[in-house]
Order: sequence, then structure tokens, then C-alpha cells
Amino acid sequence: MGSKTLKTLLMASSILAGAGMANAQETTLTIESWRTDDLAIWQEKLIPAFEAKNPGIKVKFAPTPPTEYDAALGARFDAGSAGDIITCRPFDKSLEQFKRGNLTSLNDLAGMKNFSDVAKAAWTTDDGKDTFCVPMASVIHGFIYNQEAFEKLGIKVPATEEEFFAALEKIKADGTYIPMAMGTKDLWEAATMGYQNIGPTYWKGEEGRAKLIKGEAKLTDPEWVEPYKVLLKWKDYLGDGFEAQTYPDSQNLFTLGRAAIYPAGSWEIGLFNTQVQFKMGAFPPPVKKAGDECYISDHNDIGAGLNAKSKHPEEAKKFLDWVASPEFAEIYANALPGFFSLNSTPVKMQDPLAQEFVSWREKCKPTIRSTYQILSRGTPNLENETWVESANVINGTDTPEAAAKKLQDGLDSWYKPAK
Amino acid sequence: MSTIEQSSAIAGGDRRPRRWHILVFLAPALLIYTAVMILPLIETLRLSLFNVRDGQSVFVGLGNFGVLFGDTRWAASFWNALKNNFVFFAIHMLVQNPIGVALAALLSVPKLRFAAFYRTALFLPTLLSFVIVGFIWKLILSPIWGVSPFLLDLVGLKSLFSPWLGKPGSALIAVSLISVWQYVGIPMMLIYAAMLNIPDEVLEAAECDGITGWSQFWKIKLPLILPSIGIISILTFVGNFNAFDLVYTVQGALAGPDGSTDILGTLLYRVFFGFQLQIGDKSMGATIATVMFLIILSGVCLYLFAIQRRMRRYQF
Amino acid sequence: MARPTASPFRMGLVHLALVIYTLIALFPVFLTVINSFKDRSAIFRDPLGLPMPKSFSLVGYETVLKQGDFALYFQNSFIVTAVSIFFVLLFGAMAAFALSEYRFRGNTLMGLYLALGIMIPIRLGTVAILQGMVATGLVNTLTALILVYTAQGLPLAVFILNEFMRTVSDDLKNAGRIDGLSEYSIFFRLVLPLVRPAMATVAVFTMIPIWNDLWFPLILAPSDATKTITLGSQVFIGQFVTNWNAVLAALTLAIVPVLVLYMLFSRQLIRGITAGAVK
Repeated sequence: MGSKTLKTLLMASSILAGAGMANAQETTLTIESWRTDDLAIWQEKLIPAFEAKNPGIKVKFAPTPPTEYDAALGARFDAGSAGDIITCRPFDKSLEQFKRGNLTSLNDLAGMKNFSDVAKAAWTTDDGKDTFCVPMASVIHGFIYNQEAFEKLGIKVPATEEEFFAALEKIKADGTYIPMAMGTKDLWEAATMGYQNIGPTYWKGEEGRAKLIKGEAKLTDPEWVEPYKVLLKWKDYLGDGFEAQTYPDSQNLFTLGRAAIYPAGSWEIGLFNTQVQFKMGAFPPPVKKAGDECYISDHNDIGAGLNAKSKHPEEAKKFLDWVASPEFAEIYANALPGFFSLNSTPVKMQDPLAQEFVSWREKCKPTIRSTYQILSRGTPNLENETWVESANVINGTDTPEAAAKKLQDGLDSWYKPAK
Repeated sequence: MSTIEQSSAIAGGDRRPRRWHILVFLAPALLIYTAVMILPLIETLRLSLFNVRDGQSVFVGLGNFGVLFGDTRWAASFWNALKNNFVFFAIHMLVQNPIGVALAALLSVPKLRFAAFYRTALFLPTLLSFVIVGFIWKLILSPIWGVSPFLLDLVGLKSLFSPWLGKPGSALIAVSLISVWQYVGIPMMLIYAAMLNIPDEVLEAAECDGITGWSQFWKIKLPLILPSIGIISILTFVGNFNAFDLVYTVQGALAGPDGSTDILGTLLYRVFFGFQLQIGDKSMGATIATVMFLIILSGVCLYLFAIQRRMRRYQF
Repeated sequence: MARPTASPFRMGLVHLALVIYTLIALFPVFLTVINSFKDRSAIFRDPLGLPMPKSFSLVGYETVLKQGDFALYFQNSFIVTAVSIFFVLLFGAMAAFALSEYRFRGNTLMGLYLALGIMIPIRLGTVAILQGMVATGLVNTLTALILVYTAQGLPLAVFILNEFMRTVSDDLKNAGRIDGLSEYSIFFRLVLPLVRPAMATVAVFTMIPIWNDLWFPLILAPSDATKTITLGSQVFIGQFVTNWNAVLAALTLAIVPVLVLYMLFSRQLIRGITAGAVK
């Protein structure tokens, strides 16, 4: 035992010494991110493109699994060990980090002129004075469908709510496919792919969201309860045991061709392209009556900021300037179809499905997810509550009205709209 | 440390004036433990007496505790987590520990063949990371993958299947049983070690008196392993009230559906570190941590002072 | 050792019970392993089928081996776990001996103080711990993890060993004292060998949470050079969550080293346990 332990100790100390060495010549910038999926794209495409133009600066992409990202990053900020470049969640979460002095204002960053105020809104203080993250991408909600299934069953792409449910009914009657691939186990799927996907159609996008923030509308008003009533109708068209169906389960059901319709976020496109064997199509959330204005959730999702305590602020700004450039936008949007650039310079995208999603910007009114700005600053947290209640409505634990009341009560307990 | 030096006067069997060796024995453990664990934890618990007002950290006394128990929302989520935690603990005590004792008793049957194989196999789940356990069991219980419906069908009970992890009524039980499956090896090993420690002479004497089999287990072995059962009970208690990882990997940080699997550990994690748009609240998190600490402390004290003292120990 | 063996019938029942529970314990692992060798559609079509020539596929393993440096992650995990266990056992046994052997003022208090650590998850001290590690420059070293795990393992070790050391006969120790053995020799030469089964048990219990911890590697040592296997596989699962081939292959690869390690330990463990029993 003794000699073995000693050997282990020696081995340990030699490795510990090795780990401490670093290259002193070059500056290394570390990127904090929750996008573990993008590791390969950063390593193979983005970082080489930057390093080729900026000798002397090395970049390291160090992602943390998304479920642990916020907690781990918070702890690293508190202790001063966070990376130089911080991938920003949209709205209040990053705003809080800016207020705490963890993120630096990027007003003087030259590349910021490449973005419209709308694009920057997700990472700008309420008074509009400071912007603290470079907008990277937004995601659009809608539905992806199995074209072969639709053709076989003679289903036309639905445009109205009525057509949508008629299509679901037809798929169900045929029995070959599960009509819709969505589960409630992971909660957020029901809220994000369900409620936030179809909701804007009913609360009229930005108009309804603004009213809610001003306190002129309540979550118990009909236009906010109605999406829940529609979601409840989805229940009959989900697969058996959807209560225990996880998000990866849903993805697999659809990509293996067992389900016909997938309530989606555009970020799925890249993954689905590599996994499906059939042709896919997409349609925006159906409107109530033919001829109604359509609304889509075009949500600013991801940005890049500068750690206020970074030891290499100059190099980091150089990097962020590059992230703000059209060159980055082009590589990023094409490497990750479904993450749409927020850059004012139009980006040419190759992917047909991504083109379909982005084309809705022309005909529908875009909005962001209703819970993200201002309304999730307090406790209880409206976004998290919405996850729970959306699943509850579909599971039948709460009626749409009860769910809406719980949400509004929670909001009322801390939120006082500015008059 | 002065208590140790002064205490030399009341030495037990030992009459040397200064017993430096006690200090030497205690020092390394005390040092590392205090520096790396206790001081950081005190720093955290201290936060429960403070809160942030207008960007400044202010002393609020027991104000945070007032919020936790006084505010309907906080109180509701706290009591819900506490209730679930007791259910979680009860299932472990009623299922995990009896199975553990039974398996240990079976394993310690003399001249058992394949004992080494059984031991390794039965202990294997305990060695698996919760990352693995969570992922596998979610798959097995998944209605999509069809493994559990198929297995139930084999025994003609397919109608019993339901998406357990997704139903508020059954999710907590399902998660608890997964945890039992994973950790049953711990009581098994401890009891097994205790049973092997029973000297053969004792058992032989019992056999001479005609006490064998079941009655031997109840009359001889059980009383002898009672201290070990005490240890596993208190370890289960402490472990269950600190539990977090399994619920987190199987049901997520919101411990759905509808908070039905939320235990103190997951509540604490969400409040202290934040989750998604929810920003971490160190003060309230520390408050919950302090309450958890007090709950566990009272359980351990109950054990140390009321149970352990009365338990008879046999020196061999 | 002259006890009669149980009747064949009762022995049969014992085996039956053990086999049933063994199946319950091993089934999920078995399921993971067989499916890791199948292609994606076969995993879904027939989850319980063994890999057949038609459904056999190693694509999962190919994906895993292309990504990340699992050998290095394994080595990191091994070093951290082994060194931490060594310190936990040594320091823990020393402290437990002091507490169980000597009466001194504050003994109970000291015992309670050392047991405090079992009651609060050390995770709560994360921020202060991380600050300390940043201040001492230990971030992204294995030393940081070893320190934390040693501290984390000590309370339970002291608690269990304390209980076991009380069962060591006083006569034996007093005989040693009369023979002129120092307190240190009594501890190392008389008591330690007698509590070997307990030590082995503590070793296994200390090993599990260390080996499987995700949190501290994530916070204290997330760099590529210091990633542990648990963190490596979690990042991997995050990256390939819908690619069940890859995930199941990664899980299988993560189970194997634990199993090997346990088999190695298990011999020590059992030898320790039986050495304690046969005196």
C-alpha cells in the first residue's frame, strides 16, 4: 500500500506542476459560454478566422453545460476567476451582471454601429445609456413539419388555427404518425415551444407585451389566457406519456420520422439537418382567422460581453469588435443555421429551412418572449413560473384560468408598473 | 486548543502531564477541515443575517427568516420542499435500509458461492455517477423508448404503466426509488462489515444452544449490528436532507412537475445560485441553508444524545 | 469454522433472492452497454435486443473518441480521488482515534464540531472557497480539488471511524502501553490494522462522491488539462444529447473505469473486512 500511495503522490505533484505552466508570450482570451454544442464550430471555424488576422492573441472557447452555466458563472464572477469574454443571456440576467459591475459598458466599441437599437435592446440599460454586450444572434419560433408525412396524408400547410387543428386531427386519425412531438417533462419545452411560440398571435406581440409591462393588461385578461386554452387542446395530439417525454425525446421522435409536426425554435435546424432522412418544411404560428396579422417570436438570444475584471481588456475589445463585424456574422449564421445574425448588414444564408424562418420577418410582426424583459426581475420569477404553469395546463393539473391567475398573483406580489 | 492542554489533569488511563499526541492526532484534520470547509461555510451562513438594500449589504438580523416563514410564497415553497424531503427520507428508511440489511444478511451466509460476484454486482449502482444514473433511468422509464412498458407486459401488468416521472402524484416516489436503487449498496456494505465482525465463537455458541437461521438473525445478529443500523439511519437522514444531485439530473432544477419533487437541496440551489432568469439570492439562499443546517443538526443531536448513548456496544 | 452449511434448499433460496436483486442492480447498466453497440434506429426500434450483425455499430464510440481527451480526464479523476482518499483516511483515522481513545475537556464538543461538516453541503461555501483558491493561485489545479475533497470527506470518516474504534478492545491497547509502546505506535501498529474493514468502507464511501462530483471540477478546475471524467462526460452529454449512440458509448466508457477501480479496491476491501473478522 505504502509504496503505491507514494507513487501516486509523486505522479500527482508532477502533474500539478505541469498544469501551472502557461505561455507568457501570447495573450490568451477565454470565452465563457453555455453553448457546449458550438465547441466544434468555434474551434474549427471562428477562432482560426480571428487568430489569422490577430497574431499574438489566442482565443479559447470554454463552454459550461447550459444547466450549470448561470450558477457557475456567477460563482466565478464573485471570486474573480471568470473568463475575459462572457456570452450574454438576453435582458435582465445580463443587466444584473452589468449593474453588479461584472460586465463593462461597450458604448465606445466601434463595431456597435453595426447594430440597430432593436438588436441592442436586449443588452442595454433601461435608460438606454449603456450597451454592455455585442448582439450575436436571435432565434425565431415556429413549427417544423415532416413534408413526406404531409404529402402522404394530403395535408396542406396550415395557416389558421382551424386548419392547424384539422391537420392534427387528420394525422391522428391516420395513425401512422404521432401528430405533434412535444413533452412536458422538461417544463421549458411547454413554455418556450408552446406558450411563447403561439402566444404573440393572441396578445398581439409587442403591443400586448408593452401593455403588460405598463400594467394596462393582466395575465388573466382573455388575450393572455387564450394561448393556454389552445395549448390545452394540443394535449390530445401529443404522444403517449408526453408527461414524461423529455426535450431530447421530442427531438428524436421527430427526427426519426415518428412524429409529423414539431413546435420548434429555429436553433433546431442545424441538428435536424444532420439527423433527418426526410424533407422538412416550416410554417409560422397559425393565425386565428384568415387575413389576420401574424406575429412571430424573434427573440434576441445570445450576445458577447467583456468581463470588467479582464486582464486583457484591449485584446478582448479587439475580439468583440470582430464579433460585431459582418465577417463574423456570415460565418456564424451559416455555421449555425437558425441562429440569425442581428447585424444590420444582411447575411447570405445557404440553408433553405433557415431562409424560410427568416422570411417570416417580412410578413409577420416580430416580438420577443413576453417574460424576458423587466417582468422576471423579482421573486417569484415569472419566466420560471411560466415553465411550471405551461406544463401544468397541458398536464391538466391547472385550468388555463387558474394558471393565469397564479402567474398574475405572483407578478403582483412584487411588480409595480411605473405610472 | 487550550482546552486540550489544560485537560491533561483529568487523564483517563494515562498519567503523563502534557498529552501533545492528542493535538498531533487532531491537528491535520482540524486544520484542513476548518480552513477549507468551516470558514467558507460560516461566511455563507453569516449572509443569512444580511440582505441587500439599495445595492448595499445591510444587517437585517432575523429578517430573512421572517420572510422565509412569513411570506406566503416563500413559506409555501419551503414547506413543500420540507414535506417532500420527509417523504424522500421515509422511502429510504422503509425500502433502502431493510433491503440493505437483508442483502447483507444473505451475503454473510457462510460458505456462500459467488459471494464476490454478488457483492460487486450489488454495489455497482452505488459507484455510478448520478449523471449516468439520471440519464439511464430517464430512458428506462420513458414512455417513448418503451422499455418499462415492455417489461411490464412480460408479466402481464402493462396496464399499470404510466409516465411516472411526469405525474405530480408519482414523480417523487419514482425519484426516491431510483435513489434507493443507487444507494442501497451503502447500508449493505456497512451492515455486511458489521456482520463479518461478529466473532464465529458467538455464532457457534448460539448454534450449540440450537439458535439457527431466522431466530439466530433476530436474537443474535440483529442486536449486535444495531449500532451499525444506527449509523446507517443517521447517514441516510443526513444524506437525504442534503440530497440534490439526483433530483436535479432527473427532474431538473425546477424539480417538476409542479414542484412535486422539490426537496430542500433543489430549492436551495435555485435560490442561492439562481436558475435561468432567476438571479441568485445569496441572502435568502443562506437563510434556507441555515434552516437546513438546523434541521439536520437537531436530527444528529437526537441521534448522538438520545439514541447512541443508550445503545449497547460490544467489544470483541 | 466448523459450522454446518445450510441445507441445499435454503441455500437455493438465498441464491434466488440474490440473483433477483443482482438482475435489478445490473439491468440498467446492461441496457446501456448493449445499446451503445447498436445503430441509432435499432436503439429505438428494439431497445432490449442484443446487437446483431445488422444493427451493430460503433459510431457512438467513434464520436466519443474523436471528441475530448477521455484518457487524460480519467487520469485526472484517478489522481484526485486517490490522493484525497489517502489524506481523508490518514487524517480522519488520527482524529477519530484521538476522539475515541482519550478523554479530554471538549471531547464531545470537538466530535460535534467535526461532525458539523456532514450537515451542510460544502457546495454552499463555494464562493468563499473559490476566492481562497484564486488568492492562493490554485484555480485550475488538481490540488484545489484535493483540498476540497479532503475537507469534505473528513467529517464522515471521523464519524464512522470513531464508531468503529470504540469496538477495539481496551485491554489490547493497555497491554500495548504496558509494553512501553508510544501512543503513536499504539495507533499505527495496534488500532489501525484492527479497523481496516472500517477504513476500507470509508475509502469506498469517500471515493464515490469525489469520483462523481460535477460541481467543484466545474468551478475550481474547468480547464482542459484538469477536467475530470465526470465533468468531461457531462459536457459531452450536453453536446450530444440527442445523439444517443454517442451518449450511451460515453456512459459505457465512464462505467468501465469505475468498475475496474472498484474491483481493485474490492479485494483490499474484502481482505480488510475478513482480516478484521478472523482474529
